[in-house]
Amino acid sequence: MYTLTYTLTVNGAEYSVQTEPRKLLLDVLREDLGLTGPHAGCEHGVCGACTVLMDGRTIRSCLMFGIQAVGARIITIEGVAQGGALHPLQEEFSLHHALQCGFCTPGMILAALEFLGEHPDPQEDDVREALSGNLCRCTGYDSIVDAVLAAARRMRRG
Amino acid sequence: MATALLGERIKRKEDPRLIQGRGHYVDDIVLPGLLHLAFARSPHAHARIKSVDVTAAQAAPGVVAVYTGADLQGKVGMVPCAAGIEGLKVPEHPCLAVDEVRYVGEPVAVVVANSAYTARDAVEQVEVEYDPLPVVVDPEKALAPGAPRVHSKLADNVAFVAKLEGGDWKALEAEPGIKVIRQRLINQRLAPVAMETRGVVASYSPGEDLLTVWSSTQIPHILKTQLALMSGVEENHCRVIAPEVGGGFGSKLNVYGEEGVACYVSKALGRPVKWIESRRENLQATIHGRDQINDVEVYVRPDGKVAGLKCWIIADLGAYHQLLTPAIPTLTALMIVGAYHIPCVFVETKGVFTNKMATDAYRGAGRPEATYIIERVMDLVAAELNLDPVDVRMKNFPSPKDFPLALPTGVTYDSANYQRTLKKVLKAAGYTKLRKEQERLRKKGRYLGIGLSTYVEICAMGPSSRMPAGGWEFGSVRIEPTGKVTVLSGTSPHGQGEETTFAQIVASGFGIPYEDVTVLHGDTGVVPMGIGTFGSRTTAVGGTAIYLAVERLKKKMARIAAHKLGVKPGELEFKDGKVQTAGGEKAMRFLEVVAEAIFAKQLPPGVEPGLVEQCVFEPANFTFPFGAHLAVVEVDPDTGEVRLRNYYAVDDCGRVLNPMLVDGQIHGGLVQGIGQALWEEHVYDENGQLLTGTLMDYAVPRAHQFPWFETATTETPTRVNPLGAKGVGEAGTIGSTPAIVNAVVDALRPLGVRHIDMPLKPEKIWRVLRSASAA
Repeated sequence: MYTLTYTLTVNGAEYSVQTEPRKLLLDVLREDLGLTGPHAGCEHGVCGACTVLMDGRTIRSCLMFGIQAVGARIITIEGVAQGGALHPLQEEFSLHHALQCGFCTPGMILAALEFLGEHPDPQEDDVREALSGNLCRCTGYDSIVDAVLAAARRMRRG
Repeated sequence: MATALLGERIKRKEDPRLIQGRGHYVDDIVLPGLLHLAFARSPHAHARIKSVDVTAAQAAPGVVAVYTGADLQGKVGMVPCAAGIEGLKVPEHPCLAVDEVRYVGEPVAVVVANSAYTARDAVEQVEVEYDPLPVVVDPEKALAPGAPRVHSKLADNVAFVAKLEGGDWKALEAEPGIKVIRQRLINQRLAPVAMETRGVVASYSPGEDLLTVWSSTQIPHILKTQLALMSGVEENHCRVIAPEVGGGFGSKLNVYGEEGVACYVSKALGRPVKWIESRRENLQATIHGRDQINDVEVYVRPDGKVAGLKCWIIADLGAYHQLLTPAIPTLTALMIVGAYHIPCVFVETKGVFTNKMATDAYRGAGRPEATYIIERVMDLVAAELNLDPVDVRMKNFPSPKDFPLALPTGVTYDSANYQRTLKKVLKAAGYTKLRKEQERLRKKGRYLGIGLSTYVEICAMGPSSRMPAGGWEFGSVRIEPTGKVTVLSGTSPHGQGEETTFAQIVASGFGIPYEDVTVLHGDTGVVPMGIGTFGSRTTAVGGTAIYLAVERLKKKMARIAAHKLGVKPGELEFKDGKVQTAGGEKAMRFLEVVAEAIFAKQLPPGVEPGLVEQCVFEPANFTFPFGAHLAVVEVDPDTGEVRLRNYYAVDDCGRVLNPMLVDGQIHGGLVQGIGQALWEEHVYDENGQLLTGTLMDYAVPRAHQFPWFETATTETPTRVNPLGAKGVGEAGTIGSTPAIVNAVVDALRPLGVRHIDMPLKPEKIWRVLRSASAA
C-alpha cells in the first residue's frame, strides 16, 4: 500500500500521520487522530455531520483528502471548548435541548460557530438559512435555532 | 444541587458528552486486530444468481476472506420475522442471497479486509453473473393474476389477508339517508434516515466461546436472542451492546442479515469485524416505512355523524419480512377509527410482496397511516356536506365521560378529552379570525389553507398478550455504599433522553440530588433483561419499572430507618436527602440509612442486607395519547409551492415528566410528519431501481423550510401505569401529516380540489392549479 507522511494541525496540536493519499480527511481525523466527533452521515457532502473548520471556514471533511489539509488549521468539535470551559454554543445547545441523538451535533455547532463569527446579531431566518446545510432528523430544528440565537446574545455580551 | 422533581424542565445527562464529540457510536469502537466488512449487493430488482466468482476479490491485497450466500448456507440462520399473523407466509430470508435476488441492494457476498477502503474496493471485484427475472414493483400489479411472483415457491404475492370487522353493518347499509363517500388515499414509501446509518462490530473470543456485538440497535436484548439463534453461539455466551445510537425511528428496531453475517465472520476467523453502512446502502437496504394504498368508504348521516368506515388496505411489504414487516399495517387497521365514535368498522388488510426493500416500523409504524386515513375522511365528510371540519370532528368525538372506551376495532382507549385539545388549538391559532382572513385572501386570488388533525395513537407497547415477544419492561435500582444510585433499564433510548427522565423519577422518589443518579442501558451484559425502545414505550413502561423498583427500595429503607428511629415505617417520608417523620422531628440522612442497609450491623429481623430491587412491569393495556394540530399554509399559484406559515400543536401524552423532552419529541416528530406530507418519498422505477438512493435525491427536511412551531400540552393522565405517562415519541409524526394535507386541500378548495396524494411537491400542485385554470 502506497502511503504518504504528512503533518496536520488540528485543534492547535500538530500530528504526523502516514496514510494512503486517498484517505479522506474525515477518516484521518477519526481513525488516525482518534477525533471521533466528526461523523460520516452521507459520504457526499449533503448532511453536514462531518463538518469541521478549516482556517475558520466550514468544510465537509468527507469531501476532501486528509493531505489537502496540510498547512491549514483544522478545528473539530473536540477543539471548541477552551481550557475546560464549554463554548456558549455548546452550553446553549444543552439548555435549549438542541440535540437528541447527538450525531449531527458536532457539525451543527461548527456550522453555527462559523456563522456567528460573521453574523453576531442574526435574525431567526438567517439562522435557519445558515443551518440549512446540516441535517438533523431528531430535533425539528426549532431548538437548534433557539440555541444559536441564545448563544449569539451571550457572545455579544462577551 | 437541586432535587429534580418530576415535571421539571431539566438539562439532559446525555448532553455533556454529545456536545463535545465524546459519545461513542458503533463506528467509534476500535478493537485490536479489527477487520472490516463490505457487502456486494444486487444491482437487479429480481434475478437468478448464475454464478459468483470471488477469485479476484479474494486475491486483492489486504483481503482476508470473501463469503457468498452459498458459503453461509446452513451456517447462519435466516433473518427472523417475529410477527404472528394467522396464515402469514414467511419466505426464506437468508442473510446473503443464495439462488435469487429480490430487491436492489440485497446482499450477495461479503468481503473481509484489513481496512474499510480495501473491503469496499474488493467488492467491485466480486463477479456475480445474474439472469434477470420479471420484476413486480407496483403492489396492485403484484395482485393481478399471472403477475410475476417475488417468491416462486409461493402461489402468489399475497403474504397475508387480515380482516377486522365490528358493528351492525346490515342495519347501517339499510339506513335511509345514509351517504357513502369513497376515496383512494396513498401513503407513500418513506426512508427513516437516522443520521447515523446502521453499523455493527462483532467480536468472537474462541477461548471463552464469547460473542460480543456492538450494534446500532433499539433492541439489544431481542437482538442478542436472535443473533444467538442465527450464529449458533449459546445465548448465555452472547452479549449485545447498543452504544450511543444516532437515531433509529424504528429502522433499528430490527435484526438485519448483515448483523448475522458479521457474527458468522468473526466466529469463522476468530477476529473482531466491523461493518458501517454507507448512506446509499442505508437508503437501499435499511427498512422503509409506510407504503400503503387505502381505499375508503365512509358511511355518513346528513348531520355529519360518521356511522361506518370501510377500508381496504394494500400494504407493500417489499420482498421479504424483516422483524415486524407484516405487523405494521395491522396497526393501521387497529387505529383506523381514530378519535371518533364510529360504531361500524370493516378493514381488510392485504400484505403484498414486491421487488423492493422490506417495509417495517418507521416512526409511528402503522398509526400515521391510520391517522392520515381517518383525518382525511373527516375533511372529506366536511367538504361533501359543506360543514366546518371542526364541527364534524366535535360531532364524532366521544365524550370524556365515555372512557375507558371499548371500540369495535377491539382496543380500549384509556382516557381522553379530545374536545379540550381541539378547543385549545383553535384558540391558539385564532381559528375564527383565520377563516375570515382566508375569505379575504380568496377574494384576492390567494390560496390560504387551514388544516386540522385531531389524532389518537396507540402507545406504551404494550401488554405482552398483544405483543409478539413480550411487552413488559425491566428496571432495577441499586444504591451503592456511597449513596450514589445506579439504575438499569431494559429499554434502549437513543436520543429520547431517558437517562435524564429515569434519573428524575429516581431522584424525586428518594428525595436525593439528580446528579447522584446514573442510568445504564443498552448492554445485555449489564442489564439482565429487556425489550427495548420503540412504540413510545420507554418512559411509560420502562420508567414505571424503575418507579416501582424505587418504591420497593423505599419500603425496605423505611423499615430499616423506622427500626433505628423507633417509629413506624409508614410514618417516614423521603425528602431533601433525609428519611424522616413528617415535619422532620425524627430523621436519618439518606446516606445513613444506606450504610445501615449495606453494612448490616443492626438490621430489623428478616431484612436482607443491601439495597437493590428490580421490577418487571407488565402493563395491563396500551395507552392512547392524543392531540389536535392545526396547520396554516399558503399555496403560491405561480410555482405550486406550499409555504407552511403557521403550525400549532396541542398534544396530550398524559402526565409530563420533563416538558423540555416532551417538546423535543413533538418538534422532531412534526418535522418528520410534515416531511411526508410535503417532500419525502422513496421512489423505485418500474424496473425496481431505487431513484432516491442518496440524500441529494431523498428530501430530508431542512431548517429553513419551517416556521416556528407553537406547541402546548394538556395532561390527561392514564391509569395504565402509576406514572400517568402515556408516551410521546411518535405523536408529532402521527398527528402532523394529515393537518398539512388537509390545509393544502382546503387552500385549493375554491378550485374544486377534493384530494391530492402526498408528497405535495410544487410540481404536483402546479399541475393541479394548471388543470384547474384550464377547466
